[in-house]
Order: sequence, then structure tokens, then C-alpha cells
Amino acid sequence: MTDGLESGDVLRAPLIIEYPFSRTTGPVVGAFLTGLREKVLVGSKAQDGRVVVPPAEFDPVSGDDLTELVEVGPQGTIATWAWVTEPHAKHPLAEPFAWVLVTLDGADTPMLGALKATGIEAVTTGARVVPVWAEEREGRIEDIAHWELVP
Amino acid sequence: MTEISLPESLRDVEPVRSVRTPAQLDYEFTAGDATTRFLTGITQKKIIGQRATNESRVYVPPRGADPELGAATPIEVEVSQVGTVVSFCVVNLAFYGSVMEIPYTSALILLDGADLAVMHLIQEIPADEVRIGMRVEAVWRDDEDIEPTLESIKWFRPTGEPDDPNVRIPGEIRGTGLGSWVDGVAPTELVVRNPRTGEGGTSEFGGEG
Repeated sequence: MTDGLESGDVLRAPLIIEYPFSRTTGPVVGAFLTGLREKVLVGSKAQDGRVVVPPAEFDPVSGDDLTELVEVGPQGTIATWAWVTEPHAKHPLAEPFAWVLVTLDGADTPMLGALKATGIEAVTTGARVVPVWAEEREGRIEDIAHWELVP
Repeated sequence: MTEISLPESLRDVEPVRSVRTPAQLDYEFTAGDATTRFLTGITQKKIIGQRATNESRVYVPPRGADPELGAATPIEVEVSQVGTVVSFCVVNLAFYGSVMEIPYTSALILLDGADLAVMHLIQEIPADEVRIGMRVEAVWRDDEDIEPTLESIKWFRPTGEPDDPNVRIPGEIRGTGLGSWVDGVAPTELVVRNPRTGEGGTSEFGGEG
């Protein structure tokens, strides 16, 4: 007969489950990702004239195909934000940062990004921001390494 | 496909057509009491199962409970490193994360003294010669590479003993016709009854319906 183990004697090990998905982007999301690789930000022009960023494949009101992509940014304005005091391992920045919704110049909808800032007091709604591009870009959202405040 | 109009800056560059989106889940696995004892045994090149009573089934690897009796399994039993193939699958397709050269064989092996089969690799024999009833033995890594993981057993290889013609999946009383040999009758001689329609089959082995 065996007695129960002390909890310190029980074995533990990391267990990582990974699914190596890749997905087909289609022409609209593909163009947005191509733009990131080329350091260009694009949105799609909706039927009512608004520019949607990141670009949508369908008009948000009528549902019709959207086919006209236009360049926006690269600077933008913080629409709203949230400060992250303790980033976790899968966040884009290791130090405390702000999630920001950025309305790019020429766009009518905001897009999400991670803002590198000296502290929570440095971040304000309405502040101007600019993307900092990753050195190696391959057409994915991480091609924007992070955003920073325009000095 | 709908024609997309691009801004000037993107007209003459190679378009992105796909993007990698791996999903990764990071867990910490806690082995618990029974698996810890089993893996500690592995570090001593022993295969240790557990049972509830001296008459009840021996579970390898142990999970700490006997699901048949609903009882804890506090009795440790070292089982043999030799066993019998009760089922197997030849893998002919490489897949993400696999380090094996194809084709290779994955098998359920009923170790002598155990009542639950363990899944492991069969090597040192061509894949198309592996068969149900074949006797196999554990092949361990070199001593300095032994760790608390079932991978410390590299694979199982044929012992060269005669096949066991009576092997069946543990707990099975009547043949399923899906690989077990009932009373020494090879599964190809059984006719399996369709479980939904009741068609086909033999009254002896094919099911109740």
C-alpha cells in the first residue's frame, strides 16, 4: 500500500499545445497586410464616403462589396485607451503600455494598437500617435511593432 | 473575383495572400500522485502499475482509481517489460510536430501482468510485418538520458517469441471484430453485424441485435 505523496513531490511539466494554422487573406485583408509590409496603412471606402480601417470586405451599412482601398495615416489620434500595468507573456510589449484605439488621419473608424509610453500620465485621449515599424516585416499585424506619441 | 482598386503605393508589389495564425495554449501539467509514481518508476527503468485489490485489474499507466470498481488503487505492481501487441496503426503521413520517419507503427501493447494496454511505437521491424499477437519488449534510452517521461522507452521491438494467438483487448468478453481474436479465431473469419441495422453478422460473435 502507498501513502499519498507530499505536494512538493508531485511532478509538473510545461504542456504546450500548438495548432499551426495559416489562413488565406483574400484581396482586401491581403492588401491591408501587404500595406503593413510596405509601411503603408490602407482603409476601404464605404458607400457613404466613410473610410473603414482596417479595411472591410463589405459595406457596414448595405453589405455590398467594398472595392476601393485608400491610403490613410500614418499618424492618427487616440480615440480611447486602457493602461496595462502588468503585461503578460503574449502582449506585444514587455513593459507597461497602453492599448489604444487610433483613428488614423483620413479614417473614420479607429483601429487597435499597443502604445509605448513613459507612463499612464503621458497618455491622453486626443493625443497624436505614429506607428513604429518592425525592422523585418512579412505582412502581418506585428509589422507595426508598436505605436508612440508624436513628440 | 471582384476587382479591388489599390492605392498607388501598393500597385506594383507582391500581394500578401496568406498569414500564419498559430494558436498556442500554454499549460502546466501536474502529474498527480499515480502518474508521478509511474514516472518515478520509469527513471529506474521500471514499469509500475496500480491495482485496488490483489484480485482486481492492474492499470498501467495508473490513474489512481479503478473505474470498474470505483475504488482507489493503492497497491503498486511492477509489470513485465515484455508484452503483446493488441492493436496497431501504421502511420504513412508526416504531420506537424512529428519527428518520426514514415512509415512507422504505433501500437497498443498489453504488458505481461497488466490489464490495460499502453500506446507506444514498434521499431526494429518493417511496418508491414507488425501484427496483432506479436510479442514485443521495451527498448530504453541510454542510462544517462533516462528522464521521467514515457519517451525514456524509445520503442518496443519484437522478442522473437511465437505470437500469442489468444490476445484480445483487455476487458473484452465478446469479440468486436475490430482486431481482437476470440478463442483464437482471426478477425477476418468473423462477420460483423451492423450495430444500427442489425444486418449481417453471426449470432456467436457479431453482437446481440
